[in-house]
Amino acid sequence: MIEQAPILIVVTPLLAALFITIIGLYRPLYSWVLTIITFVITSIFSFITLKKVIETGTIRYMLGNWPAPFGIEYVIDHLNALIVFMIAVVGLIVAIYSKHDVKKELGDKIPHFYSLFTLLVTGLLGITLTGDAFNLYVLLEISALTSYALLALSKGRAYIATFNYLIMGTIGACFYLLGVGYLLINTGSLNMTDIFVILSNNPTSYAVLVAFLFIMIGMWIKMALFPLHSWLPNAYTYAPTSTSCLLAPLMTKVSVYVMLRMMTSVFNYNYIFNVLGWQTIIVSLAVIAILAGSIFALRQDNLKKMLTYLIVAEIGYMVGGAWLGNANGFTGASYHIIADGFMTLCLFLAVGCIIYKIGDAQISSMKGIFTKMPITMIGFLVGAFSMIGVPPTCGFFSKWYLISGAYEAQAWPFMVALLISSLVNAILFFRIIEVGYFQAMPNEDPEAHPKQQKYNEAPISMLIPLLTTAAILIGIGLYTSEIVTYLIEPFMDNFL
Amino acid sequence: MQTISSLLPLFVVLIPFIGSIIIYFSKKSENVRETWTFLVAALNLVLLLKMAQWILAGNVYTFHIAEVLPGLPLFFKIDGFGMLFACVAGSLWIVTSLYSIGYMRPLKEHAQNRYFASFSLAISATMGVAFSGNILTMYLFYEILSLSTYPLVTHHQDAEARGGGRKYLTFLLSTSIGFALPAMIITYLNTGTLSFSNAGIFNQTTDPTLLIVLLLLFLFGFAKSGIMPFHVWLPGAMVAPTPVSALLHAVAVVKVGVFCVLRILTGVFGIELLSTTSLSTIVCVIASFTVIVSSLIALTQDNLKRRLAFSTVGQLSYIVLGAGIATTFGVVGSMTHIAMHAFGKITLFFCAGAIYVATGKKYISQMVGLGRQMPITMIAFLVGSMSIIGLPLTGGIISKWYMILGAMDAEKMWILVIYLISSLLNAAYFLPIVYNAFFCKDEDAQFPDKVKEAPLAALLPPVITAIGTGILFFYPELFLNFAKLAVGVN
Repeated sequence: MIEQAPILIVVTPLLAALFITIIGLYRPLYSWVLTIITFVITSIFSFITLKKVIETGTIRYMLGNWPAPFGIEYVIDHLNALIVFMIAVVGLIVAIYSKHDVKKELGDKIPHFYSLFTLLVTGLLGITLTGDAFNLYVLLEISALTSYALLALSKGRAYIATFNYLIMGTIGACFYLLGVGYLLINTGSLNMTDIFVILSNNPTSYAVLVAFLFIMIGMWIKMALFPLHSWLPNAYTYAPTSTSCLLAPLMTKVSVYVMLRMMTSVFNYNYIFNVLGWQTIIVSLAVIAILAGSIFALRQDNLKKMLTYLIVAEIGYMVGGAWLGNANGFTGASYHIIADGFMTLCLFLAVGCIIYKIGDAQISSMKGIFTKMPITMIGFLVGAFSMIGVPPTCGFFSKWYLISGAYEAQAWPFMVALLISSLVNAILFFRIIEVGYFQAMPNEDPEAHPKQQKYNEAPISMLIPLLTTAAILIGIGLYTSEIVTYLIEPFMDNFL
Repeated sequence: MQTISSLLPLFVVLIPFIGSIIIYFSKKSENVRETWTFLVAALNLVLLLKMAQWILAGNVYTFHIAEVLPGLPLFFKIDGFGMLFACVAGSLWIVTSLYSIGYMRPLKEHAQNRYFASFSLAISATMGVAFSGNILTMYLFYEILSLSTYPLVTHHQDAEARGGGRKYLTFLLSTSIGFALPAMIITYLNTGTLSFSNAGIFNQTTDPTLLIVLLLLFLFGFAKSGIMPFHVWLPGAMVAPTPVSALLHAVAVVKVGVFCVLRILTGVFGIELLSTTSLSTIVCVIASFTVIVSSLIALTQDNLKRRLAFSTVGQLSYIVLGAGIATTFGVVGSMTHIAMHAFGKITLFFCAGAIYVATGKKYISQMVGLGRQMPITMIAFLVGSMSIIGLPLTGGIISKWYMILGAMDAEKMWILVIYLISSLLNAAYFLPIVYNAFFCKDEDAQFPDKVKEAPLAALLPPVITAIGTGILFFYPELFLNFAKLAVGVN
């Protein structure tokens, strides 16, 4: 059983997705329960896998016992074991959280929602685990198609936003597929390890360069790297709360991971940095992404939309870190995948609670919210502090590594952009804190605020996931040393 | 010298933290809540004194919290300097708690639970800064302090408080993130450590230009120390209730700023490196500029609390200046001045608050003849002013004496001139207040010749701290010994 854990991580939700629809026809609540059970099991399997990787090193799992490179192979190393665990936990947290919200927003579509939800996570888990470049494409499409459906479950502008996303997402996937095609022509293989070996032995050709470029562009579209980001803000803003809580932390982060995977296990890390030498250009792109994301975020009146632009900025962090070409930068980028995943989750969960109670996410509607929803705001504050980079939350430590990397690579613009982005985040979040803390308070003119805010919290099934995530943010921060020493450094030993 | 690993420092940090939670939720009765405050403060002081005994015997406490980054732990290490600061903050906290009751209750302030809870939290963070064993730990508690004092600064929750609070966080967060954080990371990458050590952590081969850049980043990065031009938040934060101004802006917050700067100067750069390079002069010039300019601005302020605020800005740079001289005497003087100035300045703030509670007056021009109505308060005010100016019979002269000795040791005579001008300016902006309060003509007096002091809880604290200021003149060893231990002279 334990040896089969890697595949069970993917198979459990895949099979469960079928039953969730069926059982949901009988009673919608059951599909919620089944989703939670599924993710508990998935989390346990991914934890077992993670533990085993730490103990014994990289695991190679042959699907159907077909030997690689003929069959599909799952390769679980230190980094993707961690990311798989994160995906499973995020899935679990959002599943628990979604109960009330789904009932309110989606009504009779509950079974479909949970089925798609589970399939989406299946796709993401597969993308992270697989060691086969084409299999990755298939799973990429599974997660993309389910996410289009999930986003379009909402009403109004969501349709246009989803259509936009569909076009962009498909273009991204096409680029990726073309890149893989070029690789296949050049190497005759689809297995990542195999391609890596063949590419290392052979002198590099232009076809390989084009393959790399196409794969990168595909992933940059998928992860919404500025200026390829235009699909993201609207798609996530108009999505149903639970959908955006699931997509925002995971989709872009998994694409970043695929980029890291391609850079380290398919193409040769030395080839990328010493032969291609694109790092200056791409780090500059990252700088622009960070600054642009921050500036756009400053212009928003809608809290949820503001957060979506922050995702664009955070993508710049990770792309920049990965392309600095040194250990600290790479550590920062991979650590930030985890940190940013939970940070984004925490903030989106908090915003979801606010929308659930207030009805919209306009910043101006949040007057006196500290009195009204104190517990939600505690969660929100922790997420905000992490975004700003206040220790001991994890946001501080990813910034630590990224700035260290920038200093070592002497990438001053990137360093300055990171600092500016932190300051902008501080402004963004304190603007909300100010609105929530100051207005509609008793010693201000009481006539001006006829509606005195009363304590009116979101349901407990939404608060517990929120507070858990907030605790995780601090937990990750305090265990940075362990994460880096036991997971990220062994991973980097493979190629640095 | 012995190094003891002990849980005591952790308790000293945790007790006010847990206290703040208890205080926040004691909603039933004000008296119960205040009892908790005093219990926590007293317990803390007892633990501090217990630790102080050990420290004075020449030992060092350590406590390892967690290794958050590989090879870079969060840990406490308490030497004489840290202990000195913790004792100042811990002892003045009790007095301020008493004063808070005397101030907040007559004025019927709202949200007192939040107020007392944030206060306790701020003390916890202050203790954390005092005990920090490396820059990372210090930075962590420094940030917690900035955030936990925000509700205190903006306590009134009106437009003015919002403006002050905005300035407060803008200046403190932007400097700590923009300057101190990169400086810390660069230091770590160059030296491989962030732990304080009297010898400094940079070696001879470090690039001098880099050192200058780091020095400036650190000096301005800890903007709580109020070095110009990043002092703007301090007068702005005077919108807070007076007890907050008293403890946080004469003792905890601003002193955390100078404490951090001093730690950086003595523990990261080291006295030797400073004095043998141009770094010492850079610190001295920047600090001297602030000393003189802020004193001149203070002269022009009519709002008493604002005048005190600018006086604080000047005195803080005094402390930085003392350390910038980079001689043993200079550093001892500047460390001791943290304590001396704290007692003097808190007395002045207490008096300003007592005047406001009793008469509702905020402006100096309205205080002519005040000595007839509030003689005790004004005498306490006089004592506090004398200490700031550095006159005998108050503690202020002792630390100033050491700093002057330090300047002479370093043969920087121009600094003596700065000290002289500054003392004269201090006298010029404080003494007229006291003079007018007592010796004005009868027809100018704006107050009746009948004693009506503030309530006892607001009157007693300035008297206590004024007496404390006097005691420190006769027994400066109370704090001087800690400073000497920290620097390593006897």
